[in-house]
Amino acid sequence: MTRETWINVAALAVLLGVPLWALMADEPFIITLATRAAIFALAGVGLNLALGTGGLVSLGHAAFFGIGGYAMGILASHAQAYTPIMEVPFLIEGTKSMPVIWLVAMVTSALAALAIGALSLRTSGVYFIMITLAFGQMIYYFAISWPAYGGEDGLSIYVRNEFPGLNTLVPMQFFGLCFAILCLALLLMNAIHKSAFGLALSAARQNETRVLSVGMKPYHLRLVAFVISGAVTGLAGALFADLNRFVSPTMLSWQMSGEIIIFIIIGGVGRLFGPVIGAIIFILLEHTLGGLSEFWHVYLGALLLGIVLFAKGGVIGALAGREKAHD
Amino acid sequence: MTDVVLNTERLFKSFGALKATNDVSLDLRKGEIHALIGPNGAGKSTLIQQITGHLASDSGTVRLMDEDLTGVGPAERARKGLGRTFQISSLAMEHTVLQNAVLGALGQRGNVMSFFKPVMKDTQLVSTAKAALAQVGLAEFAATRTADLSHGQRRQLEVAVALTLKPKAFLMDEPMAGLGLEGAQQMIGLLTELRKEAPILLIEHDMDAVFALADRISVLVYGEVIATGTPEEIKVNPEIRRAYLGDEVPA
Repeated sequence: MTRETWINVAALAVLLGVPLWALMADEPFIITLATRAAIFALAGVGLNLALGTGGLVSLGHAAFFGIGGYAMGILASHAQAYTPIMEVPFLIEGTKSMPVIWLVAMVTSALAALAIGALSLRTSGVYFIMITLAFGQMIYYFAISWPAYGGEDGLSIYVRNEFPGLNTLVPMQFFGLCFAILCLALLLMNAIHKSAFGLALSAARQNETRVLSVGMKPYHLRLVAFVISGAVTGLAGALFADLNRFVSPTMLSWQMSGEIIIFIIIGGVGRLFGPVIGAIIFILLEHTLGGLSEFWHVYLGALLLGIVLFAKGGVIGALAGREKAHD
Repeated sequence: MTDVVLNTERLFKSFGALKATNDVSLDLRKGEIHALIGPNGAGKSTLIQQITGHLASDSGTVRLMDEDLTGVGPAERARKGLGRTFQISSLAMEHTVLQNAVLGALGQRGNVMSFFKPVMKDTQLVSTAKAALAQVGLAEFAATRTADLSHGQRRQLEVAVALTLKPKAFLMDEPMAGLGLEGAQQMIGLLTELRKEAPILLIEHDMDAVFALADRISVLVYGEVIATGTPEEIKVNPEIRRAYLGDEVPA
């Protein structure tokens, strides 16, 4: 195994081991923190395909995170109020079933990513950052001003949604669910990274002309990456809303987009486990420093500065060196 | 003529008042190396970009095997059989040499939208890629990171990637640029072999190479083809000697 593989295994072991320890020690709050880390990691894993492999710095991924969250919120709020979402032209009812909610969250955020990506990907560089930010803000203000689902106040769900065979209200069981999904997403991303699509997408980041002159269209590659990326981040949003049993426009804010990027930068841009390690460190800092001062972001800023200046490959880059080209 | 693989017909391209290509008609025939020479700013690179589809022509047509390529984008032109190498090496630097070649083979096969099968375990793609690397003499560097290659090796890799496309015609923009004497000799040997696979439209500043390789030469000055002919004809053409070669005949 390479050193990077060891680091990856260690990251998963920490993410799984800490809540197991907390279960023994009867510290349910720690389990919730680990769940939060797993969900943030999932959001980052989604963005990492676009940002890391594809080189698409999207400052609008909170849109997909929030759309996933609202997909959960809207479906569950109708189910708990026993009102249909719509009756004409056909009946759509709310649901408390997680698999259905996840599917809806992924499909809606994928469609949003398709629309946003199709327009944004005509630009590049700083314009791409700005246009994704603009789309994100549009959806943010739409959510604030749309009174049907709580507007600025957000939407509370009383009971966590259901997953067949599990009691999702037990923190450890919900953590297990999130952890399993994170692992599946990592497997998927690992496969994509090694696939024909992954090779072409990564080549398009490194050299667009090269990809064009072997007969491929960078725009198509990037759009597909952006859609997959949005869908995975949307799924994370649905889980996050379920964790808090609450969804609000905050999930759609540009600060959220920034945080997802921060997970990736801390852990290592383009590294499979970059967002996992980044999210763990983020939660750790939030928990330990957040207790000391409300302004703990100052320390986060210092850490980011350190990484950008001295360890461009993030934690994984610093520990494992340059990524090995796989064969 | 039946053995014409690629031809341009009355191509024009202006940038404002500057006529970068002015009524350029030329053809590339089976099995030949057709060199395009001309002073800096003569419009050689513009012409190549018009042929590859990176630049839209103001008027005129480009035909590959009698197929009109007007309105066809660069990616499709590559798939139809235009294998291009760049003046400044244009490769995925973080990838290995083999990965770059596999990328070409993948482009040739189409169907990039494959998400689950490891591409570097695709024996068909990898063997196409390895064959191309062997042909340019890079077989032993397959696992090297492209950024770690020497300048000359990158030029060779460019040719290998173009080869994996199994092109109908090669367009080579200064393949000798920046190569030392030995590297240039090696490249000349390689191109001599390559013309059997597909004809080469060669832009080159190295006159020794041009006269050693070319079956025909076209001279481009201020966007216009002022002469086309065999190296012998070009050498003795007084107009060209004045306009471009200077009075001293090279080689």
